Amino acid sequence: MDFKHQQAAHCESGVISSLMRHHGAPMSESMALGLSSALSFAYLPFIKLSGLPLISYRMPPKAIIKGLLAPMAARFRFETFGSAEAGQRRLDALLADGKLVGLQTSVYWLPYFPPNMRFHFNAHNLLVYGKDGDDYLISDPVFEEPVRCPSGDLARARFAKGVLAPKGLMYYPQAIERKAVDAASVVKAIRKTVRTMLAPIPIVGVRGMRTLAARMQKLSPADPRSVGLHRPRGAHAGRNRHRRGGLPLHLRGLLAGGGAAARQAAAAADVGAAHRHRRRLARLRAEGARMVKGREAVDPVALAAKLREQAEQEESFFRDLKAAVA
Amino acid sequence: MDLDAVPQEGNATLDGHSKLMYARDAQGRVVTTTSRGWEAEEIVTSHAVDVLVEQARVAKERVKAGLASPLEYWMYERRMDVALLSQTSGFWQWRVRRHLQPRHFAALSPAQLARYGEALGLPVSTLRELP
Repeated sequence: MDFKHQQAAHCESGVISSLMRHHGAPMSESMALGLSSALSFAYLPFIKLSGLPLISYRMPPKAIIKGLLAPMAARFRFETFGSAEAGQRRLDALLADGKLVGLQTSVYWLPYFPPNMRFHFNAHNLLVYGKDGDDYLISDPVFEEPVRCPSGDLARARFAKGVLAPKGLMYYPQAIERKAVDAASVVKAIRKTVRTMLAPIPIVGVRGMRTLAARMQKLSPADPRSVGLHRPRGAHAGRNRHRRGGLPLHLRGLLAGGGAAARQAAAAADVGAAHRHRRRLARLRAEGARMVKGREAVDPVALAAKLREQAEQEESFFRDLKAAVA
Repeated sequence: MDLDAVPQEGNATLDGHSKLMYARDAQGRVVTTTSRGWEAEEIVTSHAVDVLVEQARVAKERVKAGLASPLEYWMYERRMDVALLSQTSGFWQWRVRRHLQPRHFAALSPAQLARYGEALGLPVSTLRELP
């Protein structure tokens, strides 16, 4: 198959933009993220992963793929399976047919991942573009080069159990009717992102950041939940982002590709500022991480203050953006 | 982030791989570049791994002391917990917890051991012993 692997920063946006490009619809990873309005912030204390509250910087798995269906007038087929054998048979049949297939997998069972990155995380997306003997040829978007995976390991990864169990999920496009992104859908996507980030719900968007800051402030430095072997919340904000495939803000990329109306909005709202804002969030994470390692004194109050400042800046940014696309 | 501010500190948990990152070039355009890794990321990832390694180490001690069955060690060695092992093996959680006790583990039938072996991706002979 004539397929071109391209590394991406995150798995789902990388997989879907590769699929789109392969089928003749030019799309960058940033555009996939922006157009599906997948950027968000959510603090979900009632969902625990390894005992830690879930902090997410993006919409739930599959939101990026599903969010692109309408703007690209695309139809995708999603299939899940009752048994690993049935899943593998269908995958082999599609590959023999020359199809490029997206899969949801568990990172833990993929042998080509570095050992320290192998956690039981079930929503990793990758593309299969061929089979060579017993090895599947895989384009994993977070790797520099295409990789290979023996069929037994891939079957395990596809049929792993637990939270977000993939059940062998595979997907491929049946039709992509629009090959170019139009300005109207870009503006619509921006409006939706703005709505999420400014939602009047205390655990979502800018308000979610403030709720998290309030919770962080209450932790005492000595509290084992702030720092300790089992519940390091200071660094947790960072780790989760990393593990859940959190996404930086690529609105600029979205706007640059999105036609006149969108360019106007970009000029009005200084989208470059958004990048700087999210970088500050990254620095906050770095500070939390260093505190956990004991390289700096643990200070939940200072971290909370920084997070609040971040929320402030994001709010003003998204308000400007709202006015620009109104 | 500017292109020259992209972290290249080296992240041991990446095992020599590079990550793709977005940054701004001198003209202010957003471009992609690769990063060798970031200290903060290494800290949080290795911290998570340390917790898992520590759990497995403690379990090993418990097995040696006769307080737990080898299943407890292998469960943590595979980075699982009771909830995940229960979902993967199909045994209810209370049964998994029982099987972590040496007495109940010893009474498992070959078919039940095979289910655990399948869930953990290990041959049954390995499952009965410590490494």
